[in-house]
Amino acid sequence: MSTFLGMPATAPRGVGHLRGDQTFPRAAHDALGNSQLRRNLRHATTTIRGKSGKVIAELPDWQELRDAGSAIKADVMARLPELLEELEARVTEAGGVVHWAADANEANEIVTRLVRETGSSRVIKVKSMATQEIGLNEALEEAGITPVETDLAELIVQLGDDKPSHILVPAIHRNRSEIREIFLRAMPGVDPALTDDPPVLAAAARRYLRETFLSTEVAVSGANFAIAATGTLGVVESEGNGRMCLTLPDTLITVMGIEKVLPTWRDLEVFLQLLPRASTGERMNPYTTMWTGVTPGDGPQNFHLVLLDNGRSAVLADTAGRQALHCIRCSACLNVCPVYERTGGHSYGSVYPGPIGAVLSPQLTGVADNASLPYASSLCGACFDACPVKIDIPSLLVHLRNQVPHPPAERAAMAAAAYTMARPRLYANAQRAAKLARIAGRRGRGLPPPFSGWTAGRDLPEFPSQTFRDWWAER
Amino acid sequence: MRIALFATCLADTLFPEAAKATVLLLERLGHEVVFPAEQTCCGQMHVNTGYQAAALPLVKRYASVFDPYDVIVAPSGSCVGSIRHQHSMVAAAYGDAGLAARAADVGSRTYELSELLVDVLGVEDVGAYFPHRVTYHPTCHSLRMTRVGDKPLRLLRQVRGLDLVELPAAEQCCGFGGTFAIKNAETSTAMLADKMTNIVSTGADVCTAGDASCLMHIGGGLSRLRTGVRTVHLAEILASTEFTS
Repeated sequence: MSTFLGMPATAPRGVGHLRGDQTFPRAAHDALGNSQLRRNLRHATTTIRGKSGKVIAELPDWQELRDAGSAIKADVMARLPELLEELEARVTEAGGVVHWAADANEANEIVTRLVRETGSSRVIKVKSMATQEIGLNEALEEAGITPVETDLAELIVQLGDDKPSHILVPAIHRNRSEIREIFLRAMPGVDPALTDDPPVLAAAARRYLRETFLSTEVAVSGANFAIAATGTLGVVESEGNGRMCLTLPDTLITVMGIEKVLPTWRDLEVFLQLLPRASTGERMNPYTTMWTGVTPGDGPQNFHLVLLDNGRSAVLADTAGRQALHCIRCSACLNVCPVYERTGGHSYGSVYPGPIGAVLSPQLTGVADNASLPYASSLCGACFDACPVKIDIPSLLVHLRNQVPHPPAERAAMAAAAYTMARPRLYANAQRAAKLARIAGRRGRGLPPPFSGWTAGRDLPEFPSQTFRDWWAER
Repeated sequence: MRIALFATCLADTLFPEAAKATVLLLERLGHEVVFPAEQTCCGQMHVNTGYQAAALPLVKRYASVFDPYDVIVAPSGSCVGSIRHQHSMVAAAYGDAGLAARAADVGSRTYELSELLVDVLGVEDVGAYFPHRVTYHPTCHSLRMTRVGDKPLRLLRQVRGLDLVELPAAEQCCGFGGTFAIKNAETSTAMLADKMTNIVSTGADVCTAGDASCLMHIGGGLSRLRTGVRTVHLAEILASTEFTS
């Protein structure tokens, strides 16, 4: 499929959070040296893995549910333009206003203008990956508008002037004493006698947020789902802050990636089972808020839906790569990934960390801008098994590696190896030559770069006295 | 049965004992093993590093060298996984549809050693003797790409003298991942450190697996730390008898 809305091929540079300022191995080096971070991550991912595994095991039809989720998403991608137009028509009929944003810049301009038109200088936000992706908070602040994150972990990240490091648990890299320090430093009106007891910390956040909810007239949200047939939007969450944002203000502005649309209400049934079990390890998420346009006298009286592309059309155009758009942001792949567990979310440089980030970010930005991410995996496959909509992340990683601009030296080495291995006689000679070179030159001395990383932590095997094929020939 | 051996480039060059053991084991069970000398490498390293075009001649070579055989075995869950799942994909993307179909067909006749023994030859007790405390690491590609399941464990449980001990967090990757161990050497080493801690915690004197590549990585780490635990390919354990031990 070609791009269908005259959209740009990839997300623009200089805005939003899809590109890191260093490569994955470089960023991972810093994370690996942070033992506190590694302990926090190991504890958190192990706990979530255990919880999730337990509630998934309760469902005898989990595999069928995954198949259903995967099939619905494949159908959505196959007829995305049609479903989005249907969604636009239904939202408009219900009293909402639909805006189309080609990229992060357009989306930020639209939201900033809409907030300005309300005369408000503060917005409350429910946790949203899409608005993080486009750097909306920074754009609002530049326009003199204060965004207040109301998800507890997101608030911790915002007050700490930090970046989120996990899709579901953005402050996973922080422990409670770090959170106490952040609150004391940055939370308006906080009790100076604050302790690091979790209920005390939660109560402090609650007091601050309650006041903010009741005195702010504009909210910005993301959306977990949108139903094309009825124009209904939906957000699922655990804290109740989302419901406050979605029901209390006069104006609600929802920023949604175009891939989030579902055809009908019936399709929701599948995802409302898959998402909480795969992500938080709950049978059902505590709060599910659905709204359709505006209802006079009840809830927000102005509703705007911003449909965000920002590279998604380009992902859709790649028939192999487009399954990354099936992602429902559950973070199951992060929680099982041995690489994520040790390097943390910041190493991925994008708001989308972990295995799904390693395939989604390079596709949204163009692989050249995130060339180290497809290699940030040992291809162990745990993410594929954990994904509730069966995204074949290992195959996608391999697919993207094939598009990455390769370093010339590596390309030459790979070509030489392939040339040799395609010729058995040459190959047998090379086996003998390698053995001789090793014995004559480098035994016990490790290897030169780029192989020195190997010998830094591991011994090389001894070359055997005879290859298998020589043994076979002599039998 | 007449069985063609794909030795894999790694076993052929660096770990010939794994390939030799595969031959001796199958011959002991009464089968004929042939080694087509024109074979080289399955090309997985090229595919997984992003060089599918370079892998194409290797895919073509594998399909033509092994096409004449009904049953092909390799002592590597990883290479078998690549042959089954990646060869036809690469052929379709860069070659022709004919090669893709042939690659898929040859791939469906290619088995990892434990699969061949349990599924094709119907044997779980191969008459082995290996008097050691052993822990088994179920390499990621054996587990999630080739899906050998518990077949290696079923075979190991029948080995006389062998004390099989469970490996904690067995299904976590050891951190090898082919060129991952070079491109992300530090992350790979961190993963290996946890794997080694778990291996040492079992009190085993041998760690086994169905992939020479992962064993090279784990063995290299265990050797560097002077743990006293050695790595032995599954094929070598299954080939051992009271006479050889």
